[in-house]
Amino acid sequence: MIIGIVYAFIVITVMGLLLGLGLALAAKKFAVKKNEIAEKIVAVLPGANCGGCGFPGCAGYADALSQKKAANGLCSPGGAATASAVAGILGIEDSGVGERMVAYVHCHGNHGISSLDYRYDGMEDCNAASLLFKGDNTCKYGCLHLGTCIEVCPVSAISRDGKGNVTVDAKTCIGCKKCVAVCPTKVIHMIPASGSHAIACNNHDAGGKVKKICSVGCIGCKICENKFPASGCKVVDFLSEIDYASPMSQIVDAAEACPVKCIVKH
Amino acid sequence: MAYLGIFITYIFVNNFILTQFLGLCPFFGVSKSSESAIGMGMAVTFVMGLASIATWLVYHYLLLPLDLAYMQTLAFILVIAALVQLVEMVIMKNSPALYQALGIYLPLITTNCAVLGIALINITQGYNLMESFCAGVAGGLGFTLAIVLMSNIRERLDLMPVRKVFKGVPIAFISGGLMALAFMSFDKALLTNLLG
Repeated sequence: MIIGIVYAFIVITVMGLLLGLGLALAAKKFAVKKNEIAEKIVAVLPGANCGGCGFPGCAGYADALSQKKAANGLCSPGGAATASAVAGILGIEDSGVGERMVAYVHCHGNHGISSLDYRYDGMEDCNAASLLFKGDNTCKYGCLHLGTCIEVCPVSAISRDGKGNVTVDAKTCIGCKKCVAVCPTKVIHMIPASGSHAIACNNHDAGGKVKKICSVGCIGCKICENKFPASGCKVVDFLSEIDYASPMSQIVDAAEACPVKCIVKH
Repeated sequence: MAYLGIFITYIFVNNFILTQFLGLCPFFGVSKSSESAIGMGMAVTFVMGLASIATWLVYHYLLLPLDLAYMQTLAFILVIAALVQLVEMVIMKNSPALYQALGIYLPLITTNCAVLGIALINITQGYNLMESFCAGVAGGLGFTLAIVLMSNIRERLDLMPVRKVFKGVPIAFISGGLMALAFMSFDKALLTNLLG
């Protein structure tokens, strides 16, 4: 009896030891040389795997960086700190990062304010609604309010405000552009985080048409552009756009003077 | 004919997931998308086939002569774990493409009960080496069939208006139960009718 137990113990132990030894030898023999630089870079990247840099996850970006196939500073969640750390590892000059870009929903028209073509009663998904006549809004440029961008946001920076508008929290936004990609009406654009104002409209139709369907839509009246040339506003295709590179010194006055009040604080 | 019988038995009649309820963990864990389900199915088939051979050899050339057949469960786990690790290393070295496809799933199934299950079943059924290998591969194919069907169902379920309490895993469990019921139509009688 005791002999049997001891026997089994020895056999299993020896077997385990042999297998372990075999594995250790095999690990040496089949060792794959890992990219050490890429591993170091992965360690300093934020690890959000957001894909905002355009590569498949942080590991993909680190790999491309180590092979000098990607530019440094593409990681928006990491920002300047990550860029300088990566520059240190790669031994290149820290060129810094550009202005931090955040997503912004260029629409403040919602179901109380702007008109509808029909009543949508389907799946809670903007892309599903968009399949039916490009959504229930009469304005085909606006936000559909079904929250597909809220679902895809990896950091939950997008929410609905009190009025039912979809807004992006500029402090939380990591600039991964996932919401920009998923939005069927392309109403979300990237703007600089430091930009003080933004145009809350995405409609390129002529003024009269916009006025009929939405009370907060840009009618392309050019008051901002003509009366406040230093505001940075420029009307292109019946829609005002802000040039964030300009000083934007008159933007507060322009926002005041806008008849539909679609130049709003960011 | 015997081999055909083994294949039909382990793919349909004794399907590992839907009739023997082995390997349920990956069945619900990795069945969210059909792409990963196929990857997992391939990895399981591969490992089950290899494990069948390795454990059969260990049992008949090590445990039986030493009169230690009662240690089979422990010994099989050891062998299977070491085997999977070794296979992972070899694949990583020799075929990065295959490693990309199977790699992340291989460590998951090191100690999966379906793999240990086929090893033990092979012994109780008294299969020879070739029959064991066939049973292993067939068991893996049955696993693949079930998990791929399940992943397709779940991809569709994601688009359905499912009540909040049932959303996700609960509805997956119910679907799995209904699938198991459907698989009850493959029984011994069917096998006898098919193969005479």
